[in-house]
Amino acid sequence: MSDEIVIDVRGLSKTFGEVRAVDDFDLKVPRGAIYGFLGPNGSGKTTTIRMVCGLLKPDSGEGEVLGYDVLNESLSIKERVGYMTQKFSLYEDLSIRENLEFIARLYELDRRNERVDQALEDLGLAERQKQLAGKLSGGWKQRLALAACMIHEPQLLLLDEPTAGVDPKARRDFWDQIRRYSAQGVTTLVSTHYMDEAVQCDSIAYIAYGKKLLDAATAEIPKQIGLHAWRISGRPLQRAQAMLEEAPAVELVARFGAEIHACGHDAAALEGAVRRVKQAQPHVEVEPIEAGFEEIFIYLMSGSIDNVQ
Amino acid sequence: MTRSRLPVLSNLLDLSWSRVFAVFLKELVQMRRDRPTFAIMIMMPVMQLVLFGYAINTDPRHLPAVVEMREDGPLTRAFLASLTASTYIDIVAVTPRADDAETMLRSGEASFLISIPEGFERRMVRGERPQILIAADASDPVAAGGAIAGIERIAQQAFAPEFGGALSYLARAPPPYEIVVHRRYNPAGVTAFNIVPALLGVILTMTMVMITSIALTRETERGTMENLLATPVRPLEVMIGKTTPYIGVGAIQVAIVLVAAALLFRIPFTGSFLAFLVAVSLFIFANLMLGYLISTVARTQMQAMQMTFFIFLPSILLSGFMFPFRAMPGWAQAIGEALPITHFLRMVREIVLKKAGFADIIGDLWPLTLILLVLATLALLRFRRTLD
Ligand SMILES: Nc1ncnc2c1ncn2[C@@H]1O[C@H](COP(=O)(O)OP(=O)(O)OP(=O)(O)O)[C@@H](O)[C@H]1O
Ligand SMILES: [Mg+2]
Repeated sequence: MSDEIVIDVRGLSKTFGEVRAVDDFDLKVPRGAIYGFLGPNGSGKTTTIRMVCGLLKPDSGEGEVLGYDVLNESLSIKERVGYMTQKFSLYEDLSIRENLEFIARLYELDRRNERVDQALEDLGLAERQKQLAGKLSGGWKQRLALAACMIHEPQLLLLDEPTAGVDPKARRDFWDQIRRYSAQGVTTLVSTHYMDEAVQCDSIAYIAYGKKLLDAATAEIPKQIGLHAWRISGRPLQRAQAMLEEAPAVELVARFGAEIHACGHDAAALEGAVRRVKQAQPHVEVEPIEAGFEEIFIYLMSGSIDNVQ
Repeated sequence: MTRSRLPVLSNLLDLSWSRVFAVFLKELVQMRRDRPTFAIMIMMPVMQLVLFGYAINTDPRHLPAVVEMREDGPLTRAFLASLTASTYIDIVAVTPRADDAETMLRSGEASFLISIPEGFERRMVRGERPQILIAADASDPVAAGGAIAGIERIAQQAFAPEFGGALSYLARAPPPYEIVVHRRYNPAGVTAFNIVPALLGVILTMTMVMITSIALTRETERGTMENLLATPVRPLEVMIGKTTPYIGVGAIQVAIVLVAAALLFRIPFTGSFLAFLVAVSLFIFANLMLGYLISTVARTQMQAMQMTFFIFLPSILLSGFMFPFRAMPGWAQAIGEALPITHFLRMVREIVLKKAGFADIIGDLWPLTLILLVLATLALLRFRRTLD
């Protein structure tokens, strides 16, 4: 990884009518990084990504992507970026192969047949290449779209929820591939709602209501948020959960199957609250745990954001 | 990164023919897959021609006629027998009274009044060329036109065998009688020859504008526009690639109409074919650009369709297709002049019916070219390079 900055945007803003979809957004992504882009629904992730690749004109702001000006050199950016849209946007009435060939032609790729064959091979769709893309299942459509946006070997991947609806095995393969690209110097900005994917990223930017609230190396995030957590397990848990939700020191109560994770910033107060639950409900087991990404992001999304930094 | 730099022609607009070809190929495949639409595009000219042709039918049969017979002799009786036997007309009444016959024509009971005057035979034998008067209800001009030709043929065939022996001096040209046609209710008498070439303009306007008007809106509606815009493809490349397949469709439609005009309606093609090709190509391009312009404005396919009809109505009403152009008020003529079809109709009538060549149509050729250029420029300017 070099120090080269691939995405460097400053103060991006975009308003749709009344909605301030993206508000004064800065982002710096170094070459080869895998940058996670997280945020609740409607927080402005897709809008930001579209501005970065020149599909939307920002109302204000500036920046460079791959060294090209976002506002004026979007054609040069488009040639070097692979953008995977959130909604399937290949042609449903073209076959799998025809879609890939169309994209390959638009990028004027040499060895077109070879590349398309290779992409189909990697996808495991070689046998079904004549099938119409519209007939594919949701997950397979995602995988095809991913293959299509990588066919021109872009230097930067902008992936908008690429693995939504994709099965765990295929997601694992996908992330292996992203890491291989990263090793070769390809930069990735990927939006996701999966926490197991968030932890795979080198860094994470978190956005809510169009504002970036958090931007840090993934390993730093738990420390930055400073969230302490306890696990409460046993059966039944109804009463325990109700008590925890009422305790002021407990800022987040998250149910995970047969256990509850209670989180808060004040370690002592949190422990006190949990101990009181144990007293009242002796059958439950309590134990301190490390706050995971799941807790951290549920906490962030539940709106208690004023404590961040 | 390895990448072939293939653009054959890399001009100011940075146009890459391989990207144009990519869009073209994609559009062609999609068009072929969309069987119903494709079928309609091909069937439309056939259907319209058959529909209009049914009315136009140059060989109309069984039109009701009333015969006003002021004279009863061997020659007139032979003519009447031929008329009765013919399937062109059905004689609904034979009367010696002019009033009766006139009333029947006016009421629509009869479409024709065939009037044989008093002293017809005597004057014919004397070589005075008496008149057979045909009054036709030309309010349906196309039907009337064909049947009149039919009656002329009947007269020839009826009299020919009678002009033997002593009367053989009558078997000459011109025939020893004169057929005088009065078109009632529509003296201008628009004929099939006028309508079929005009139909070509209407069919092309309808299909070309309609198909291309949804070219871009379909991409927007289906969400494929986002992907297309994320690639390095340029607006001009999209425009050329997306409209070119429909030039082929237009060509097929032109061929269908021309063949049908020749076979079904026996319309002679008198003028320069090259001039026709140039005129029709320009017209097709102009319509494609008009449709494409619509698709840069419309947000949904439904809107695109409505805008197409917004264009289509004046194209029919103000182009001279429906009403004589010169008879329209000034403002209507001004709108008409801005429509591609107006110029096309004038040119194609000149070429097909009046033996015109390039020199005769230049007055409509340059306005059509101007319209085409303006539409293409507007369409390119309107093309949104971004999603907003
Ligand atoms: N084209 C548009 N016109 C009007 N409003 C829009 C448009 N695109 C996005 N918005 C609005 O901007 C806000 C941000 O939307 P955006 O799609 O960027 O969110 P997101 O973070 O990608 O959400 P999700 O996780 O659901 O994909 C939303 O309030 C949305 O309604
Ligand atoms: Mg989104």
